[in-house]
Amino acid sequence: MSAEVAEEHGHGHAHHPLQCHQFEDMDQQNETYIVGMWSFLVTEIMFFGAMFLAYTIYRNENPAVFIQAGHLYLLKVPGGINTVILLTSSFTMAVGVYHAQKANRILQVVFLSLTVLCAFGFLGVKAVEWYTEIGLEHHLPGPGFQYKVTPEEMKEHLGTDTLPAAQASVPASKAQLFFCLYFAMTGLHAIHVIIGILIIGTLAIMVARRHPAAKYYMPIEMAGLYWHFVDIVWIFLFPLFYLIPKKG
Amino acid sequence: MEHTSQEHPEHNEAGSSHITPWTVYAIVFVVLLVLMGATVAASFIDLGPGNNILAMGIAIFKAALVVTFFMQVGGSSRLTKVWAALGFIWLAFLFGTLGDYLTRNWLKVLHPGW
Repeated sequence: MSAEVAEEHGHGHAHHPLQCHQFEDMDQQNETYIVGMWSFLVTEIMFFGAMFLAYTIYRNENPAVFIQAGHLYLLKVPGGINTVILLTSSFTMAVGVYHAQKANRILQVVFLSLTVLCAFGFLGVKAVEWYTEIGLEHHLPGPGFQYKVTPEEMKEHLGTDTLPAAQASVPASKAQLFFCLYFAMTGLHAIHVIIGILIIGTLAIMVARRHPAAKYYMPIEMAGLYWHFVDIVWIFLFPLFYLIPKKG
Repeated sequence: MEHTSQEHPEHNEAGSSHITPWTVYAIVFVVLLVLMGATVAASFIDLGPGNNILAMGIAIFKAALVVTFFMQVGGSSRLTKVWAALGFIWLAFLFGTLGDYLTRNWLKVLHPGW
């Protein structure tokens, strides 16, 4: 530990000013934070993992539903834009953590704010998608669910000449389950994005106002780990829902 | 227990040591964007079952890049690496239950009329 930040502690050895009493040294303290956060992320991986497993089983049993509903009714361009937005936000978050480690207050606030801005952009695009799917096409599972595919739509989106006959007749009940998975998985992800906005936004304000707890880089590092996890979930959601191969 | 400054890496005023240069994050970001473009491009080519394998392969590689560099597991302690790996090991166990769903049809082949 460097001489200028160490302080005499009254029991014979110098501590880093951010070190808590129960830890041997800063290395142990930092590792404890990071392992604790990863323990939480393990539960998150299992939380989302169960839904990815449900998706895998259902798609394996009904490939035609996923091809038809995915290609005809999910908005691929907004999905792609959102992938770029979320990857960008992960980068700005990583640079925000870098500036937290360097104790650059202004740049921390700038990059944390950019991350929050990207998160709002993501939710905005998602809102447009959901408005189209729920408000215009009535694809929200429930009593109002409607699902009808015309031969013209099939030809336009899938090219009927290359299509197996089984895909021409997808029952609405099975399509409803596809949309259940779609709304549950992207909805759970969106809830995580909203929580991320609250955490990262709060930290940005704390750093800007020189809050003592935000002097330590670790809270920002923790928020970063969470945010990168949210990014990883989307890295899988994007190809699984928006880029389903036309032949299953 | 006494620790001297020679035994441990120095921690600056933010409590940090081992700071990865931000240029590393910039390079990883560009690679992630290129891989995303590759995923989209590959989805327009008919590779049969290869489409799914390629899309998931790229996604796993992207996730590995995010975990290694953005989440800094690459330069972290062994304990952190074990913890990070654990999540994905448990996930593999969870997906092990697919062994049931994917082999149900085998019964019909092995025991016709079962």
